Amino acid sequence: MTVASAAPGRRVRTRHRPPAPGTGPEPAVLTVVQAGPAASVQDLGRPGMAHLGVPASGPADRRSFRLANRLAGNPEDTPALEVTLGGLAITLSTTRHVAVTGAPAPLTVDGVPVDGAPRLWLRAGSVLAIGRPWAGCRTYLAVSGGIEAERVLGSASRDSLTGLGPDPVRAGAEYGLGPVRPVPAIPLELAFSVVPCGGPATVRFRWGPRHELFDAADRHRLTTTPWRVSAQCDRVGARLTGPPLAIGSVDLPSEGTVRGAIQVPPSGEPIVFLADHPVTGGYPVIGVVTDADIDLVGQTLPGDALRLAPVH
Amino acid sequence: MTPANVPSADATPAAMPSADVSRGDVPPADLSLADGARAEVTSAAVPPMDATRAAMPSADVPLADATPAKVPLANMSSGKTILRRAGDRGWLIECADRRPADVAASIRAEPWASGLREVVPAATTVLVVAETAAGMGELAAGLRAVLDGPGAHRTGPPPGRRIVIPVRYDGPDLPEVAERLGLAPEEVARRHGAGEYRVGFFGFAPGFAYLDGVPESLRLPRLSSPRPRVAAGVVAIAGNQTVVYPGGTPGGWHQIGVTTTRLWDVTADPPNRLAVGDRVVFEAVAP
Repeated sequence: MTVASAAPGRRVRTRHRPPAPGTGPEPAVLTVVQAGPAASVQDLGRPGMAHLGVPASGPADRRSFRLANRLAGNPEDTPALEVTLGGLAITLSTTRHVAVTGAPAPLTVDGVPVDGAPRLWLRAGSVLAIGRPWAGCRTYLAVSGGIEAERVLGSASRDSLTGLGPDPVRAGAEYGLGPVRPVPAIPLELAFSVVPCGGPATVRFRWGPRHELFDAADRHRLTTTPWRVSAQCDRVGARLTGPPLAIGSVDLPSEGTVRGAIQVPPSGEPIVFLADHPVTGGYPVIGVVTDADIDLVGQTLPGDALRLAPVH
Repeated sequence: MTPANVPSADATPAAMPSADVSRGDVPPADLSLADGARAEVTSAAVPPMDATRAAMPSADVPLADATPAKVPLANMSSGKTILRRAGDRGWLIECADRRPADVAASIRAEPWASGLREVVPAATTVLVVAETAAGMGELAAGLRAVLDGPGAHRTGPPPGRRIVIPVRYDGPDLPEVAERLGLAPEEVARRHGAGEYRVGFFGFAPGFAYLDGVPESLRLPRLSSPRPRVAAGVVAIAGNQTVVYPGGTPGGWHQIGVTTTRLWDVTADPPNRLAVGDRVVFEAVAP
């Protein structure tokens, strides 16, 4: 199979076949050597379809994702890999620039550490491996030209809530690569990602839409508790643990929700909605994390401490 | 990369449930965070919040001294319609006595609606999300003009299309539904097929359209234990609502029939055959 015969945007499964004479060069392919616990293909998701029940999805840390694509010379919405908790190893059939952003993690090329470089010139056949991050949990890997993955409802984002989008990344999976693009010449030390590290992260939020259903004590508790991210944290949302809010069960009809919504179920322990959050919810939303800070929540790990600070 | 580099037990997919890994196509059934999503199943038939609380403007809420920082005026409640702030870019509109589907249609008809990312009608509200956080006050004013301005209540949106869905009434729950309602199965089918339903809103899962208007005599609470996966085309009822399952979701509604008409297809453009506000009638076909 040649690039020309592959449907654009579709994942091509039959690769590594030597090209028949006269059919041109071998297609450019990324092969997953090791998948890790939770890697997925993402682009900027499916915004604008919430009224049909379709979550927006997209990267949990959009800022780091966009940065990876910019470093690789790609448009920001080009499909790339979101690598949760490391464990991913890939190889390319052709030499390309690759960018690695988000949670800083040990990187090796053919076993040799190459930590700290947000952009690498990865030679054909070499294996790039991403270890478990030192801080944060989601590392982004973009390849110059982008990877080709199945688009569902216009997006190559894998939505963990609904199953829309390409299959989860598995060892042995192969993705075609788009045409190579020139990468921007910028000082790479300026290409840093923001992840929680050290003490409690301060996450700003805006009150509403349902903060009025909570009494003053609950609102006070929300903003003064050193919350911890529980083990129940994934691309859908992050549950926080701490002294529970007392609101209990509220009869609230389902209503639309946004990324960053701080929803309080009857248990009183808030859940912060992330990329794959359901489009509507029936529990009161006391506040919404700001656009500027929600990517930081997308990088938190179970046990991480965070404080919720209201903005005015 | 050795397996030793792979995260330890406290961060395995079991502890950080990645639906990608563990669930395949089955939505929230076993997801620890799924309360919110599951609430779709349980809350859709819940009656609206009591009117006094729903209508309470933010400025009237006294703040006790215990609150260190004054809660900002997150809601703009000067007009008749209540707008509640929903994040940097969102307003949540309380629709009061208007249908959210109609309110959403009126908003989408505005020339400035192209600057909106989402318009999401739900049970009693419409969520509006802008593309950018700039001009949220302007957006509120625009929404007020649509909702409270002159003629807002006179010029209703178009009434929606009328969609006919052929149904085979032979669902697995039909005998039990009939028994619980004290009706013959044929009578359940007849009454379900005699009604006209309205697409209220989508939620719970892609393509899951809540259709309002199940007659009083057919209303039952949901199943006590939802089925893990319901096929596309299954017609079911719960409370005052009926649904044609989009496929691949769990389901706690009573399955009374099936249609071969495909109402949701992610490979089609658009993927939905039903739209909010459409009127739906079911037409019985022979099993």
